[in-house]
Amino acid sequence: MTENAKPKLAMYWASSCGGCEISILNIHEKILIVDEVFDIAFFPCIADFKTKDVKGYPDGYIDVCLFNGAIRNSENEEMAHLLRQKSKVLVAYGSCSYEGCIPALSNLTTKQATLDTVFLDNPTIDNPEGILPQPRYEVPEGELELPVFYNTVKSLDQVVDVDYYLPGCPPEPPQIWAVLEIVVAALLEGAPLPPKGAIVGARDVAVCEECPLEKHEKTINRFYRPYEIIPEPGLCLLEQGLVCVGPATRAGCGALCPQVGMSCRGCYGPLDDVEDQGAKMLSAIASVIGVGDPSMEEDELEREIQAVVDTIPDPAGTFYRFSMAHSLLRRANLNGGNGKGEAK
Amino acid sequence: MSEKVGVYICHCGTNIAKTVDVEEVALWAGEQDHVDVAREYKFMCSSLGQELIEEDIKEKGLTKIVVASCSPHMHEKTFRTACVRGGLNPFMFEMANIREHDSWTTDDREAATLKAKALTKAAIERVIHNQPLEPLPVEINPNTLVVGGGIAGISAALELAEAGNHVYLVEREPSIGGHMAQLDKTFPTLDCSACILTPKMVDVGQHPNITLLTYSEVEAVGGYLGNFDVTVRKKARYVDEEHCTGCGICIEKCPYKVVDNVFEAGLGARKVIYRPFPQAVPKYPVIDTENCVYFQRGKCKACQIFCPTDPNSIDFEQQDEILQIVVGNIILATGFDLFDVSQIPQYGYGRLANVFTSLEFERMVNASGPTDGKIVLRDLETPPESVVIIHCVGSRDENYHKYCSKVCCMYSLKFAHLIHERLPEAEVYNCYIDMRTPGKGYEEFYNRLLEEGTHFIRGKVAEVSDVARIEEEEGKLIVQVADTLISKQRRIPVDMVILSPAMEARNDSQEVSQLFRMGCDFDGFFVERHPKLDPVATMTEGIYIAGACQGPKDVPDTVSQGAAAAARVASFISRGTVMMEPIRASINQELCSGCRICNTMCPYNAIVFHEDSNVSEVITALCQGCGTCVAACPSGIITGAHFTNDQLLAQIEGILWDVRSNLDLVPVE
Repeated sequence: MTENAKPKLAMYWASSCGGCEISILNIHEKILIVDEVFDIAFFPCIADFKTKDVKGYPDGYIDVCLFNGAIRNSENEEMAHLLRQKSKVLVAYGSCSYEGCIPALSNLTTKQATLDTVFLDNPTIDNPEGILPQPRYEVPEGELELPVFYNTVKSLDQVVDVDYYLPGCPPEPPQIWAVLEIVVAALLEGAPLPPKGAIVGARDVAVCEECPLEKHEKTINRFYRPYEIIPEPGLCLLEQGLVCVGPATRAGCGALCPQVGMSCRGCYGPLDDVEDQGAKMLSAIASVIGVGDPSMEEDELEREIQAVVDTIPDPAGTFYRFSMAHSLLRRANLNGGNGKGEAK
Repeated sequence: MSEKVGVYICHCGTNIAKTVDVEEVALWAGEQDHVDVAREYKFMCSSLGQELIEEDIKEKGLTKIVVASCSPHMHEKTFRTACVRGGLNPFMFEMANIREHDSWTTDDREAATLKAKALTKAAIERVIHNQPLEPLPVEINPNTLVVGGGIAGISAALELAEAGNHVYLVEREPSIGGHMAQLDKTFPTLDCSACILTPKMVDVGQHPNITLLTYSEVEAVGGYLGNFDVTVRKKARYVDEEHCTGCGICIEKCPYKVVDNVFEAGLGARKVIYRPFPQAVPKYPVIDTENCVYFQRGKCKACQIFCPTDPNSIDFEQQDEILQIVVGNIILATGFDLFDVSQIPQYGYGRLANVFTSLEFERMVNASGPTDGKIVLRDLETPPESVVIIHCVGSRDENYHKYCSKVCCMYSLKFAHLIHERLPEAEVYNCYIDMRTPGKGYEEFYNRLLEEGTHFIRGKVAEVSDVARIEEEEGKLIVQVADTLISKQRRIPVDMVILSPAMEARNDSQEVSQLFRMGCDFDGFFVERHPKLDPVATMTEGIYIAGACQGPKDVPDTVSQGAAAAARVASFISRGTVMMEPIRASINQELCSGCRICNTMCPYNAIVFHEDSNVSEVITALCQGCGTCVAACPSGIITGAHFTNDQLLAQIEGILWDVRSNLDLVPVE
């Protein structure tokens, strides 16, 4: 420990929206306890630190680093390695660093297609010379350097060793506080930490366990997007045709979304025995499609089923909204014709 | 715990070794992680091959076994048993199919060897995750359901009943007997069909161990081997079976006649209250409500008025009965349909009066049939002076059925014989593609017909017409046929043509196969477990097939199959319990969140939802291990024993062993 003997806390954002930082503040007055217990060693969102400050720390100087955001470019990856080296406990904080989240949906396409969309094709862009960001650029003052934008978005554990995962987009305040309490107890009182690799701040059952909506046997004849219907109150949303990923999602959030009529998006990620959250939910959804009857000819039945499936406009984005980087496939094939753009 | 895997690569004589470099695969397997010993052997299934496994387990302390050989359908049991003899749990074994899935599919030795490695690697990776499982004992309900009361079902039912087991025999028609009851003589011995069949029918009717449910159909089947729940609809006969004596006065007094399209094949008539034929079992008549004047217009009641029993046996208010029965095994003997000959318009059936089907002719030559056994033209008076019998109508024909119906040659010869016998002056022609008479006494029967003066013409008939070209053809049916033995087209003017149609699967065989959850081939015939070694079992445990529902066959083969199916069932019954594969699903009660996705999935209704604890549960005894719920569970907390995520993902990793290293699946940029 350092001169003032307080444990050191770091929080860093890689490819993320900033919501995870806000979620820390969302623990309200308890943030004062955090400040009391910890010494902030690095937290670019709220305090002025530079990367060189971190580089100056001895290895393992930071007691707990909450790392949020996915690994999208070379800077993210460099910071991941640096913070791993400087931290005793590295926590993948939030869905992006845990399993890729929204940024990782770009794994369905290529870097080139993403850059084209952002810098060239978007109707609000005025870029007649077609200038794209360059990793290096000569200016009279010298060479400028930008991080290299990667083709594939990765989760934190796909680049460095991770001690714990704290899921959620963002994690919910009671869960954040519960995890901080465990960490504080471990640091101050020597209480045992969870086993390495554990998913903390979440439960081992599905969201349905916490969801008070009434559930029945399910047969679904078509799906609806949220704006298309006003769900019947008190009834399971999935049964009403809203794609609720709750059954395939780890509980811990308190089922906040379904309770206000918005189906679960799946941000807490898959349960322990699930390899691929999207595939699992797809399989479940396919199992409860209830059209046709055994007397139908196969092609007729296929058409009926296809019509139901067609009511889900963006299956990849729906079922892999949070878990693309951690899925079995991880990304669309770069060499085939599946991605929007050509392979690099 | 570190696993010690033994890997055995089988040559299967040359079946595998001719395309797969077996030595190379064995050498390579020996270098894989966890593999303690890898061998190749000529025939792993031989007792010497099995002993290799046993000895290695004992001497080298192997914990897991992989055999790369044929399909698990063939020898999984063999090798599992070898593992047990060596002291391992049978589920510590994994089989890689490098024959059906590999060596038999290609001549490319290099590719086949590579694939053999992938399949073997998959089995090695999987077997490491295999867990010991204990078989589940299942009690066998000693009752058996036989569906179909033709000669196949009768044989099966009698075999089982004689052995002291209770049988429910369900028949759709009002009487048992099936097609055989419609036949006159049986080839080649010319036994009177009814004379040999009816005693068996009577035995069935009187047997204390047989519950005969005629005019009944199976509506639903639940459960599994040992405990099937079957729902049978017993259609209303409108005759009280308890009091009816079968005297037949009602039939006699019924004032209305209709054409009998079922038993008499449209050639004769029956009353509206009727028994299909005099020797029908059971003897109780049935009212055909579609044609009954009382049911249609509310008048008549002649049958009720004249019924001599007290209380009266005619009950117009009778309702269908729904019966629930529990049986341990089911034998399907649902028989066949005859090909609809009007699908071949150039043969003129339905347009040319004197073109008959084989079944019409059977009824005609039958002494108790509509013509009292007289062979006559459609006017029911004139005997024909010449007859052509056309073979292979709808059989061996790309447009209809490619298969040979097996019995048509023989019954066509029988027809020729019967015509010679009854009309010695008549000329009889048999037009055949190939004469197929394999069977005891069959070829001899053919020779007998050659001597009886039948004209045999080898050729497929092009058409039957009534358009005369020359005077001799006036008023005749002209059969145009290419006589391939003399390479000439022939036009044969005759009085009568008999078509020998194909035997085909029942028109509802698809639905029946779904009802009983077993397979049906492209032609609609039920699929046996193994075409040679297990011809009466199906892929569904506890469901057997016998007779023509499995494929065209004659009476002796049908009877044998009925008895064979009965023997299979009897062996289960006498064992009392069977050990079932413990491959079952289970729901982790701690982790189930009660989303209820799985609740409607189970085809065996093995999943219950507990409202109080808000969790779903699989009833192990009902589960058949199909895995549907395992795939459906979005929380991944339903486990399929022996098909766990670990096992399957390891297997996939294994099969892709050489792919992963060549592909950068997650490119850095």
